[in-house]
This record gives sequence, C-alpha cells and structure tokens, in this order.
Amino acid sequence: MQKRVTGPEIERLIQLLARVPGLGPRSARRAALHLIKKKDQLMGPLASAMNEAFDKVRICSTCGNADTSDPCTVCTDPTRDQSVIIVVEDVADLWALERAAAMNAGYHVLGGTLSPLDGVGPDDLSIAGLVDRVARGDVREILIAVNATVEGQTTAHYITEQLSGFEIKITRLAHGVPVGGELDYLDEGTLAAAIRARTAF
Amino acid sequence: MEWRDEGIILGLRKHGETSVIAEVMTKAHGRHLGIVRGGRSKRLQPVLQPGNSLDLVWRARLDEHLGQFQVELLDARAGRLMESAIGVHGVQAMAALLRLLPERDSHARLHDAFAVILDSLDTPEQAGALYVRFELAVLEDLGFGLDLTACAATGVRSGLIYVSPKSGRAVSAEAGAPWAEKLLALPAFLPDREQACVDAVMLAQAFKLSGYFLGRHVFEPRGVEPPISRESFCTAALRALRQSAPVANSCQEPGS
Repeated sequence: MQKRVTGPEIERLIQLLARVPGLGPRSARRAALHLIKKKDQLMGPLASAMNEAFDKVRICSTCGNADTSDPCTVCTDPTRDQSVIIVVEDVADLWALERAAAMNAGYHVLGGTLSPLDGVGPDDLSIAGLVDRVARGDVREILIAVNATVEGQTTAHYITEQLSGFEIKITRLAHGVPVGGELDYLDEGTLAAAIRARTAF
Repeated sequence: MEWRDEGIILGLRKHGETSVIAEVMTKAHGRHLGIVRGGRSKRLQPVLQPGNSLDLVWRARLDEHLGQFQVELLDARAGRLMESAIGVHGVQAMAALLRLLPERDSHARLHDAFAVILDSLDTPEQAGALYVRFELAVLEDLGFGLDLTACAATGVRSGLIYVSPKSGRAVSAEAGAPWAEKLLALPAFLPDREQACVDAVMLAQAFKLSGYFLGRHVFEPRGVEPPISRESFCTAALRALRQSAPVANSCQEPGS
C-alpha cells in the first residue's frame, strides 16, 4: 500500500482540482503544489475570490446567463438592442460571441441541446422561457446561434417551430468555410454547406 | 476481437474530455457502441455526426467489452440533413426507433433502409412514406409486423382500406363497413407498393397507423413516451408535402 505523503486537506484539494476541466490527477497535484508554494500571493486571494463568487454568482432569470446580479449585466445594459435575441447553447458560447463583438444584442442561454441519447428533452432546456420573452412583444429578431451539429440544428428547428406563431424574423448562423480554412482540409459536409450558402461576389 | 463493417452514426455521448462513445447502426453487427479516441477533436467532430456513413474497425480484448472504433468517413450526409427540419428530425426519429432494437443484433435490412431513407429525406414526396415503411419494418423486426396483404375477414386482396387495431391485419371496405369507426384507416400506398401517389391525408393516416401500433406494442409496454422527434418529423413531413404539391393536394383516382 502506498504511504501518504500529505495530510487529508491537501489530498482533498488535489481531488477537487482534478475535477476541473483540463486537469487530471497529475496536473491537479502540480496546481495544488503551486498554490501551496504561493500561499499568500495566490492561494489566499484565489480562496477569497472563489468564496465571494460562490456567494454572489447566480443564473439570470431572464436570459440564463451566469452573473453576480439578476437580471445580469447583459440584460440591464441600456446600450444593447434587446429587440434582437441571440440564442446560444451555453454561457461559454455567449462569452465566445461577445469576444467576437459582432452584435450588440441580448442573449438567451438554452442550457444545452436536445439529445435523445442523454435524455435531454425540451423541458430540460429553457425554450419555454424564450417563447415567453418573445410573447411579451418586444422582440423583432431571434438569431439562433447553436452549434453546427445535428443535435444543435435539431434544437434550432424545434425552436423555430415553437416560435412559428409569432411575427418575428428568425435567423441562424451561416455554415461554411472558416477564416483561415484551406479547402483541401475541410470535410465534405462543410464544403457542401458552403457551396449551397454561396453569396454574390 | 476485431471486425470491420459499415455503419451509420445514430448518436454520441461524451467520454472524458477528448473521446466519445459512438452509437452506430452497422450492417452485420446491428446497433453497436464503442469508444472513439479523440472523437471530440476538430478533425473527427464533423465525421461523427448522426446520419454519416462510416467505415468502422472495432477492436476489444473480449467480445463483451465496449471496445474502440477506428473510423473513416464514407458518406457525409449530416451537413445536408441539417439544412431542413425534415432532415434533422428524420435522422433523430429513425435513430430513436433503431434504439428500440437490442444491441449487437444484426438487422441488415433496417441498416440498408435507414441509408436509403436518409438519402431521400430531401424529397418531400418520398420522405414521409418511406419513413412510415421504416416504422413498420422496425415493428416487424421486433415481432409485431402488420399483415396488410389480405383482408382478415374475407381473405380478399383488393379494396383494403382499414386495419384492425386488435389484430394488426388489413380489412376490406366491405367487411369493415359495420365497424368503420373503430378501425384504423389504411392508406392505399402501404399495401400497394406500386402506388406512387401519396397526399397529405394519406400520409397523416399512415403516421397515425404506425404510431398506434408502435405505442401499443413498443412504447407502452416499455413505459416510455414516443420520441419527440417523431412528432416533429411528422409535422415537418406533412408541411413539406403540402408545400411541394399545393395544387394537387389530393391524389386523383386512376382514370378520373
């Protein structure tokens, strides 16, 4: 049996760090050791930041974004055009679109996609919340920005059906050649979608 | 253990941070699962989409192990299927039906039919009718096939317009007249494979017919709800059929 070299507190820290995406047991040990070495400069501030975030983080009751206030910063931003709502699968997608800074609009986070294999149905996503927002009458466009996967597009078509009774514009992201993409290396499905969605030059 | 086969992706489940467990419908090995290492990479993600046909090599130390797939793309349908509601709901609805089959039980006929229907999903005149035939084929492979060749009461092979909800056998117009309200409508294109004309009314009747027997023999005994993708597919197929033939929305009788 392997002898223990640390106390249970450090073992627990390593076990919890190993659950973070991107970290395995080995990298969790490295991270824990780094935190221990930088106890005052890093571990203390990190612990208090996590404690504060734990107390204050909540899910926005309007759009589903994660923030420290409800409604969130995006929903209360007066400079955003809240009549356009970008529908995304996850908060990570919202952050990615914000990094692109291509649209100054409101958001709606679904919380996933319809996935029969994982048992995720419409009731497990915040589709009803989106329909409620549209029913209030302040929305003129819904941009469905879900992943270009069959599950993502199934969800997109389902949402389109649910919103078919409202007189709003429903759009979705284009599918095609990514910036910097070389045609020779693209898969056939992406190339076919790009050709079908060709635009006038 | 090792085999090589052709298969169509039904669905995926994340496995760790880089891999996936792929569920495929293979020709000779039935519905089969296996790990694809690196399945969440940029290179493999477009390949591992439901509806795509793959060349698969499955390896495991023992036959009962989950095993690992090595995959190569044969036919990239997913991009085309994603373009339409009928495409995405169709592939999901058929995948849900194939999940009713036991794992690793060969159903080569269903694999071939699945491939043919996936290639026809962008043809509204065919998609709905082919899908109903697929549902009836799944029922048959599960041991609950309908007999639509002859009247259950008289044995005649023509004028079949009803199906008995009890026996799942066709009933002629004459024999079924007294119980017409209790019988299910049998659209003409189901017993007659030569009949090419399928209108929205016939298709709706066909969806009701196959849905009834799937519910009674499969979903209810297993205590599961019919997949939501089926309802979405039926709605999309009927809408597409109406849009493709808005003028002639009902089939004309031959000679009229």
